[in-house]
Amino acid sequence: MNKSVLLGALAATVGTAGIAYAQGSTTLAAVQERGSLNCGVTTGVPGFAEPDGDGVWQGFDVAVCRAVAAAVLGDPTAVTFVPTTGKTRFTALASGEIDMLARNTTWTFSRDTDLKFDFVGVNYYDGQGFMVPADLGVSSATELDGATVCIQTGTTTELNLADYFRVNGMSYEPVPIETGAEAVQQYLAGACDVYTTDRSALAAQRAGFETPGDHVILPEVVSKEPLGPLVRHGDSEWGDIVRWTLNALISAEELGVTQSNVEEMAAAPGDNPEINRMLGTEGELGAMVGLSADAFKNAIAAVGNYGEVFDQNIGESTAIGLARGLNAQYYDGGLIYSPPFR
Amino acid sequence: MSDAPAHSVAFVRKTEIPAKAPPVAETGVLKWIKENLFSGPFNTIMTILGLLVIYYLLSGLIPWIVNGTWEGADIRECREILQGSGGGCFAVISDRWPQLLFGFQYPDYLRWRPTLAFLLLFLAVPPALFVMFLPRWTLIATAIYPFVAYWLIWGGTILAPLMSAVALIGGYMVFKTVEKGGFVKGLAAGIVSAFLILWIGGFISTAGANVLALEPVESRAMGGFMLNMILGTVCVSLSIPLGILLALGRQSKLPIVKGFCVVFIEFIRGVPLITLLFVANVVLAYFLPPQANFDLIIRVIIMITMFSAAYIAEVIRGGLAALPKGQYEAADSLGLDYPQAMRLIILPQALKISIPGIVNVAVGLFKDTTLVSVISMFDLVGMIRGPILSSTDWVGVYWELWAAACILFFIVCYGISQYSQWLERQLRTDHR
Repeated sequence: MNKSVLLGALAATVGTAGIAYAQGSTTLAAVQERGSLNCGVTTGVPGFAEPDGDGVWQGFDVAVCRAVAAAVLGDPTAVTFVPTTGKTRFTALASGEIDMLARNTTWTFSRDTDLKFDFVGVNYYDGQGFMVPADLGVSSATELDGATVCIQTGTTTELNLADYFRVNGMSYEPVPIETGAEAVQQYLAGACDVYTTDRSALAAQRAGFETPGDHVILPEVVSKEPLGPLVRHGDSEWGDIVRWTLNALISAEELGVTQSNVEEMAAAPGDNPEINRMLGTEGELGAMVGLSADAFKNAIAAVGNYGEVFDQNIGESTAIGLARGLNAQYYDGGLIYSPPFR
Repeated sequence: MSDAPAHSVAFVRKTEIPAKAPPVAETGVLKWIKENLFSGPFNTIMTILGLLVIYYLLSGLIPWIVNGTWEGADIRECREILQGSGGGCFAVISDRWPQLLFGFQYPDYLRWRPTLAFLLLFLAVPPALFVMFLPRWTLIATAIYPFVAYWLIWGGTILAPLMSAVALIGGYMVFKTVEKGGFVKGLAAGIVSAFLILWIGGFISTAGANVLALEPVESRAMGGFMLNMILGTVCVSLSIPLGILLALGRQSKLPIVKGFCVVFIEFIRGVPLITLLFVANVVLAYFLPPQANFDLIIRVIIMITMFSAAYIAEVIRGGLAALPKGQYEAADSLGLDYPQAMRLIILPQALKISIPGIVNVAVGLFKDTTLVSVISMFDLVGMIRGPILSSTDWVGVYWELWAAACILFFIVCYGISQYSQWLERQLRTDHR
């Protein structure tokens, strides 16, 4: 905030703020004029978005924000992270407080259409799973009839759970809880037999248990949870920018472009025309979305390619320790697939 | 008098027998224990049960504290040090202590500024709280403090808070000059001129943005216990005068004033604070133009202040109602006008009666500031629930952080309550 809080408040009450306001014509123009990207993230999900001890945001979703900032503004640090809860995230985006939302948000029909958002892609394919104590002796979710289940409210998991138990003709008693950390405490304290949420979160939270081996994640995946960044309806140019920034990270992994070699590859046109087009040494792809030619190069240089982002934040070498699974590139049997840069 | 000769009596005790110690069971600790703890079968059972409960609690708590560790960079190292000894992992508190106090976004090299503002609070508040012991001129420190604290915490040019102060003083002076022509006219003139000065001051402080400028910090960056303290002090000190006005307005004979106050109080009291906060955070964003930078903290301060002002108004109305009607009539018979009667006779008594209620609201309000965590502001509770509990380093820690939060809040709330009890003793003129 540049001006005085007091002055700003009083000025707004007398109505001058309303007169002074003039909306930028497009999101891109507004972001460029502001000099920073307002990116909505979670208030904290291990590995996906969390501020570290120095207050710097880190994580898998955060990397998408930084990549877009690097592409649009040339500076991966020019991001204002706006932490949102499950309840405030959609209003924050719809009201224009944030330019994009990268917050473990499941792409669903009603969110895409009724809530008037555009999901620009999927950066993590998740699915809902169940965790139970090993000594419960349950090996399949179909044996959970009559169980008490800890769930996070306001998420798709709540609805999926109801669907799954109904389809299988089982009954359950829900224990609704606000945040993941509280759900884990309730689960560990024995308030519920089962804890259900996205399998990535289950794995991350189990890693923080004192005895992770005493808990098992059941094999059933009861829902499709394609998580991805989203933008408002009505500004397709901005949606294109976010979509193709994400695609650039994915293509970079496919094409072998990494954070360490991207500068070298972008210095001069190489043998692979697609790499050249993506990095801006050939063609005018950047200009087509209203950005500089080296926009996607900047994005890759800022955070690395998709595989690097995955490995640094949630991969098997981290404390979270997620396997690539569905999130491997298509040629490795996963679902991560980018349309060509042409 | 006996006439028997002295020698005919075998023994005459000439000195007093020294007092014997009472039986062991009738004195000291044992007697106390017998009378208070084991005076009957029911009390004996209750005592034993009580001791068992205390033992159970302490046997869990003491090892947790004594075996706890303050070392370790994340929960895995912490657990390695603890080796399952049942101790607490207090390392999370030492690791994230600055974040608990200041939030995670306040620049670390600027943390001295809110710290200084906090220390200055101890200079600024006593003149207002201990009026009877300190000379009146020290109140200047209280008056200057909000502007200094704003400048220190938010940074920017000193001209901005300075202009606000000038506007306030200017408005007051205009009010004083015009007041002779009527209270309402004076008030209106004062408010209009204050806004006018503020408007002009806005240009001056924008033009002189570098005059004595500290590095500005965005409101968004405020967090941790600092945010609770800011919201608590600002909202309490704003809501008490507002509450007094509302209480008086509710008793007014002017139908519009009265109607407004009744509707305001009843509406605010009928709505949960958390809905007001959601309105401040989410709904207002729809009404305001997207680029209008109407600060979130200001929105929250307005909402919390309105909320607690409505409650304080009702507390003070109770105080006003408790005064005998004779006090009002006495004021009238002395020929005092309304403001004089209120200022000199009614309010001093009514406020004195209301102290416990006001403090009750103030303590409640201070704790209610933690509700801002649900609209994704990172106060102490928001910091714990969000970034710390769900960081890769500390996922799995729980009780240690909440214990720290309890201690911080307890210190402040207990302090407030002790002050209010002291104030009650000071002001007691005893009609009892």
